[in-house]
Amino acid sequence: MTKYLTLFQKIWNSHVVAREPESPAVLYVDLHLVHEVTSPQAFTGLRRRGLKVRRPDKTVATMDHSIPTHDPSLPILDQMAAKQIQQMEDNAREFGLTLHGMNSPHRGIVHVIGPELGLTRPGMTIVCGDSHTSTHGAFGTLAFGIGTSEVEHVLASQCLLQRQPKTCEVRVEGALAPGVSAKDIILALLAKIGVGGGTGHVFEYTGPAIRALAMEQRMTICNMSIEGGARAGMIAPDNTTFEYLAGREFSPRGRAWDEAVARWRALPTDEGAAYDKSITLHADDLTPMITYGTNPGMGMSITDRVPHPDGLSDLSQKMALAKALAYMGLQPGQPLLGRPVDVVFIGSCTNSRISDLRLAASLLKGRKVAPNLRVMVVPGSQDVKKQAEAEGLDAVFKAAGAEWREAGCSMCIAMNGDQLEPGQYAVSTSNRNFEGRQGKGGRTFLASPLTAAATAITGKITDVRTLLN
Amino acid sequence: MAHFTPLASRILPLPMNDVDTDQIIPARFLKAINKEGMGDNLFADWRYNADGSPRTGFVLNKPEAKGAQILLAGDNFGCGSSREHAPWALTGYGFRAVISTSFADIFCNNALKNGLLPIVVDPATHADLLDLVEESPQAQVAVDLASQTVTLPGGKTVNFPIDGFSKTCLLNGVDELGYLLGFADQITEYEKRPGL
Repeated sequence: MTKYLTLFQKIWNSHVVAREPESPAVLYVDLHLVHEVTSPQAFTGLRRRGLKVRRPDKTVATMDHSIPTHDPSLPILDQMAAKQIQQMEDNAREFGLTLHGMNSPHRGIVHVIGPELGLTRPGMTIVCGDSHTSTHGAFGTLAFGIGTSEVEHVLASQCLLQRQPKTCEVRVEGALAPGVSAKDIILALLAKIGVGGGTGHVFEYTGPAIRALAMEQRMTICNMSIEGGARAGMIAPDNTTFEYLAGREFSPRGRAWDEAVARWRALPTDEGAAYDKSITLHADDLTPMITYGTNPGMGMSITDRVPHPDGLSDLSQKMALAKALAYMGLQPGQPLLGRPVDVVFIGSCTNSRISDLRLAASLLKGRKVAPNLRVMVVPGSQDVKKQAEAEGLDAVFKAAGAEWREAGCSMCIAMNGDQLEPGQYAVSTSNRNFEGRQGKGGRTFLASPLTAAATAITGKITDVRTLLN
Repeated sequence: MAHFTPLASRILPLPMNDVDTDQIIPARFLKAINKEGMGDNLFADWRYNADGSPRTGFVLNKPEAKGAQILLAGDNFGCGSSREHAPWALTGYGFRAVISTSFADIFCNNALKNGLLPIVVDPATHADLLDLVEESPQAQVAVDLASQTVTLPGGKTVNFPIDGFSKTCLLNGVDELGYLLGFADQITEYEKRPGL
């Protein structure tokens, strides 16, 4: 075994509690995030067996997926959603868990609140019954999504049975041009490798273009690692990470902080350590990206034309593209620039943080959204909302004619009342353009907050670079 | 979990690549707080018209679908969301095995924990199986986990891989949480580490 280790290997090795021959490792979990949708059946399982939550102090719950983003004083009309939310409250009370419930000032999307509260820290293992748990990897954390059976396992034992995945370095050279952002890096990666390209691997993003990113942009990239099929996405911690974490509610303080930073500085991949696979992108070549199809790998430069199925050699890929274009109502060879849309959605665990909102507001300031266009701005957490309001961003959005809503997953998942009507088109800063993802029959173009804001102004898919200067 | 016993069944083909879990079970059905009834909404948006009537031509609505226990899926089946509702919907409908050239990681984990066997075959075998169901939709295929084989009607046998731990769990109905809780002493010991 080599003495040179990757970031992933260091965290993995330090969390293996036990391992029997021919069996998966028993991996310790430092933080278990819980939400209302993927946990009820796990608590039922605990109750059936008469088990407790082993470490309530390492378990944090919130409500994000099925909660409405309208005025919180209004009742929840969807009875099933109301029941699920009530169940989360009951389960948290019965099992003694911290819950950021309806009235908590810290309530928000699980992958937004973990980092902003300082719960997410380098070197940890973090799991949640949600595939976008990969977001937390931006801190040099091993974080991944699990199913409900595994949620039950972690609640009961604070451990998971895991097979060690392989590693893949995703190196991003160069520097981003104006108007091009983290979202465009990850959409470009997905366009290159497809939605299964990372299966069985943990991505580690490296290189100068990644180092230059602020924490929130790093989170955007790690968030969508799962869209490439990767088990997790990680970025080695550095001063940018430490500056972000310093002073957060649950960050260590005083001497404990100094000791923690010293430990965190030992986490980055050793020079000479080997990855199982490697991919390189060049940031200088990147332009604003947009998806045209029904999975996040079907993306292109915003100035490109929709590809033709006949250009693909693989029969099943050809069929998949033809089916996607039929669903999207698009013709091969047509440009997307200038295409009218019905809705612009700025939000989700990918792009709902304060810097995302600042970017969108910088473009919308003093401008109006296009007539007959619905523009929704949904902050990722109540803390993000409060911060945005303190900066006057809400006033910018409202003056422009956009909706300013309460925190939640909102139109990313269409199970909370926020959704597209059948046939509608949206430019969305979320992470999935699957058929029906934003509402049955709805059609999604994934893009960055800048592209979304530019489109909000014109009402048509717009290259943000034409609005800069 | 129930023991996985040998099965013989017709195969239902859904050979599209990259079928995501939002298609297997759309998010609006995730507001349930139990596992029951998910099978009725399996592939809901492909399976039903807007008025709730069955959509003609979709594989689950064909006469041969009734009683079928094996789904023949395309590459990277089950990508996207981690929802365990996907295998709950598949098993709720009656599927006991899914054959594909590859599966998404989280879906594969979730399937194994629900007695749903993900069978990985090479592209040539996948093509043979697809030809078989197109020519004779009633053809019976046998799956035996103990010998890790899929047997075609002509007697041709294909081996499939599965890790030893998952195989043992499925064959013997091993409760993984029970196994994990058996490590309680080691977990307690681990938790004594400084900084935890």
